[in-house]
Amino acid sequence: MAGKDSVLARKRMAIPFLAWAFIFIVVPIALVVYYSLCIEVDGVMVFSLANYARAFEPIYLKVLWRSVRLALASTAACIIVGYPVAYIMASKEYAQKNLLLFLFLVPMWMNFLLRTYSWLTILENNGLINTFLAFIGLPKMSLLYNSQAVILGMVYNFLPFMILPIHTSLSKMDKSLIEAAEDLGADSRQVFLRLVLPLSMPGVISGITMVFLPAVTTFIISDLLGGAQFMLIGNLIEQQFLKVSNWNFGAAVSVILMILIIASVGIFSIVDKDSDEGALF
Amino acid sequence: MLQRVTFTSHKINFGICTERILKLILGTQEQQTQLRNSFARNACERKDAFSLAITQKGGACRIALRESVCLRGKMKKISSRFCVLIVSCLLLLATGCSAGGAKENLELNVYNWGEYIDLSILDTFSEETGITVNYDTYANNEDMYAKLKSGGSSYDIAIPSDYMIERMIREDMLLPLNLENIPNFKNIDQRFKSLDYDPGSAYSIPYMWGTLGILYNTAMVTDPVDSWNILWDEKYSGQIFMYDSLRDSIGVALKKNGYSLNTKNLDELEIAKQDLIKQMPLVRAYVGDTVRDSMIGNEGAMALVYSGDASYCIGENPDLAYTVPKEGSNIWFDAAVIPKGATNIQAAEKFLDFLCRPDICLKNVEYIEYSTVNSETFKMVSEEMRNDPAFWPTDEIYDRCEVFVDLAELSNAYVEAWTEILATD
Amino acid sequence: MSLANALKKAGRFLLAGLPTTAKKTYLALILIFMYAPIIILIVFSFNASKSRANWGGFTLSWYVELAKDPTILKALYNTLTIAALSSAIAVVIGTTAAVGIDAMRGFMKKAALAITNIPVINPDIVTGVSLMVLFIYVLKFIPGLKLGYFTLLLSHVAFNTSYVILSVMPRLRRMDPNLYEAALDLGASPAQGFLKVILPEIAPGVFTGAMLAFTMSLDDFVVSFFTTGSGVSNLSILIYSMARRGVNPKINALSAIMFMAVLILLYLVNLSDSSKAKKAREMGIRNS
Repeated sequence: MAGKDSVLARKRMAIPFLAWAFIFIVVPIALVVYYSLCIEVDGVMVFSLANYARAFEPIYLKVLWRSVRLALASTAACIIVGYPVAYIMASKEYAQKNLLLFLFLVPMWMNFLLRTYSWLTILENNGLINTFLAFIGLPKMSLLYNSQAVILGMVYNFLPFMILPIHTSLSKMDKSLIEAAEDLGADSRQVFLRLVLPLSMPGVISGITMVFLPAVTTFIISDLLGGAQFMLIGNLIEQQFLKVSNWNFGAAVSVILMILIIASVGIFSIVDKDSDEGALF
Repeated sequence: MLQRVTFTSHKINFGICTERILKLILGTQEQQTQLRNSFARNACERKDAFSLAITQKGGACRIALRESVCLRGKMKKISSRFCVLIVSCLLLLATGCSAGGAKENLELNVYNWGEYIDLSILDTFSEETGITVNYDTYANNEDMYAKLKSGGSSYDIAIPSDYMIERMIREDMLLPLNLENIPNFKNIDQRFKSLDYDPGSAYSIPYMWGTLGILYNTAMVTDPVDSWNILWDEKYSGQIFMYDSLRDSIGVALKKNGYSLNTKNLDELEIAKQDLIKQMPLVRAYVGDTVRDSMIGNEGAMALVYSGDASYCIGENPDLAYTVPKEGSNIWFDAAVIPKGATNIQAAEKFLDFLCRPDICLKNVEYIEYSTVNSETFKMVSEEMRNDPAFWPTDEIYDRCEVFVDLAELSNAYVEAWTEILATD
Repeated sequence: MSLANALKKAGRFLLAGLPTTAKKTYLALILIFMYAPIIILIVFSFNASKSRANWGGFTLSWYVELAKDPTILKALYNTLTIAALSSAIAVVIGTTAAVGIDAMRGFMKKAALAITNIPVINPDIVTGVSLMVLFIYVLKFIPGLKLGYFTLLLSHVAFNTSYVILSVMPRLRRMDPNLYEAALDLGASPAQGFLKVILPEIAPGVFTGAMLAFTMSLDDFVVSFFTTGSGVSNLSILIYSMARRGVNPKINALSAIMFMAVLILLYLVNLSDSSKAKKAREMGIRNS
């Protein structure tokens, strides 16, 4: 049967990647899991679940919850800000101007640390915004070293990763479907909610993945814009791996984080009825 | 029967096709085969033709037409550009490799903090000795430790801080020095030889040193700044910058209470922790390197900083002043070591000797603006620098200060205390 | 309803109600948000003072010093070549992998996707350290090889591939699965089917993936730090290591030059594209 053969032929195309992934993804992860299941006693690795027990102490759960909360907030903000951008860019008058899309990516080519320093210059008490506010006679605002500043930093740094996948799935959408919907009497709001939005969901989900995941584990943004007062899970892992050289506990925290994320993604795919089985992203 | 026909491309002339498509769907077996073959030719042989794919699914028929001419053209354009890019990159790479592989025996791999050397002295060293210096940088002791500990890369010289040197000695990561090969070691101030972290100067040659103190803005702080207690003064709520480093911040809280900043007493540590939690609402932020620009820009009244950074800030903003509180503080050293696994020990010793030369050391001091360990160099720096209390603290201050000692098994207690402080809302 | 009318209508569906000025304003606002920090860092490349907080007067001396600094130039070279090579390799591996994974069903697909996501989920520090441990272990058996350019490249490909797959998958999901089968039915070989049917269809996703990969590679610090060896640094390693002593404005100067180069390049490409588009439109008018 031609159909089966073709599926097989296509499946085969994943083989190079799977081999690659085994060496560079699965083996390192196995290492991490191994470390997480051990503790060092007199320089010898001994099997133990102590790292996991410790990770569930309230103080670390608090850090985890705070990271998830901030990451969710910034992911939501990225969708709200980014979807319209992708939508406008996919509309007819911009459809030919693919290069415009580049403009959203180019800022990311400048070094992350330098860009974040620039935000300090903008948000400081004597920074650009406050100088402007003072100039027009308004009181100064404290914009830096709070959770909003951290969210702003995350949105700034991850927004392109939301815009691009949404744009990819919106552009060249099968327009005959919209036409069909309109023929059947749908108004533009219905067309958007019932048709365009569901059809762009793969892009939105890709975007959520690419924004939420790095946002959960970032630590430099919370250090610089949050004034280190917002210890996130990324800070904790970094601290354990580097400052304390306790790879075992650091590995346990990241394994828990990984399991949590994969599990929540799994739940997400069950809720998302439109997707066929397994199409998580 | 045919219920709906959907076209996904509008760029081709539908008039000709529709008839053939209908024939394909509704025609006889023979007609279908014939047409399929002609489409196949179109799809695979004639490069400029569009490929036509037809499948029948249930009652409805969905016809997808894909005009590949224009898309293929686009892809070609992109891919040819990409090829040019890759080829040129590979060429560059090849030239880069061949240029790099020449003098292998005469190389010295140096690992140092970023911006912590006057790069021109590396050229001087190469000119004098014919040894090429590969110079890499790191951001903090812990990063450097993780890299060296892994054993994956070999460096001939590294410049860690005091407590890290102690730890590396304990973990057998350093090579002992042969001071006979480093004659310029005599220039190092007697006070800085054989310190607690490295008894007998067996492993390290001091590079720079300094103190930890309070940098304050005289326009904002009217009270005398002579005690750590002022960092707990509610008058300055929201104007205090602390250092995002557990040893320094906890050390300050310990000193404030009159304890050693290397205390092994967990009760003392607990008191320091409670003090820092109490201080939290007053603190604007726990910052790292950004503290310099923040203080220069009048963003805060007081900050915990190192003496070398203080000198720099005062130079940029004359309203600032630096003091080491009377309770005493931390005094720190960065020192050059030869890590185990070094491949060019002779060259490394030459380099260490070179760093101790007064003229070379002077260049470094003038670039970095940290206090020098070299008594000969000290005679050469400007009058202004010598009288700067941040650059050269008095003996009285010096005696009140302690060097950090590696905490070894207690480090976890410190880290947990610090985590609790920062995780407090 | 005539076909031509329907197509016109379909073209106009997006934001039919919204006036163009509103769209333009929104895009402009977002672009200002994205570019304000860049402009600031470029402005500081002309600052005579080393401090961000002080304006010490206009100077070009950082640009002059930049040209004399071989460390930065070498790091720039490493950064650009690693980014270009790793994204090119990641595009090849990632695109084929996405097509393969898309054809899978059930557990296999779930597992493959989960593996794909691991480098994205994992904190950089975990990826970096675990890759370092792996490399060091493997390199023990290959005498003469050390951590360096090659391991740096491999680790960049390792995380870039995931980003490519994530960009291509949505495109594949939206593609009519029958297209490829039909092409095979019509006599195309699997390779032809991939190159002539699937690839044109998913090209925008591949392109996005390549861009994302390039971007991620340019900006990566943590993974690079742990997987590189002596003598091989990239720009982010250099910049982060400057943090303790303050980032040298030479770096701002370099960023300004890079930024201008990218903008000029974009402008030129845009120019040639729009003139081509214009030509194509004229042709179209003549033909009809």
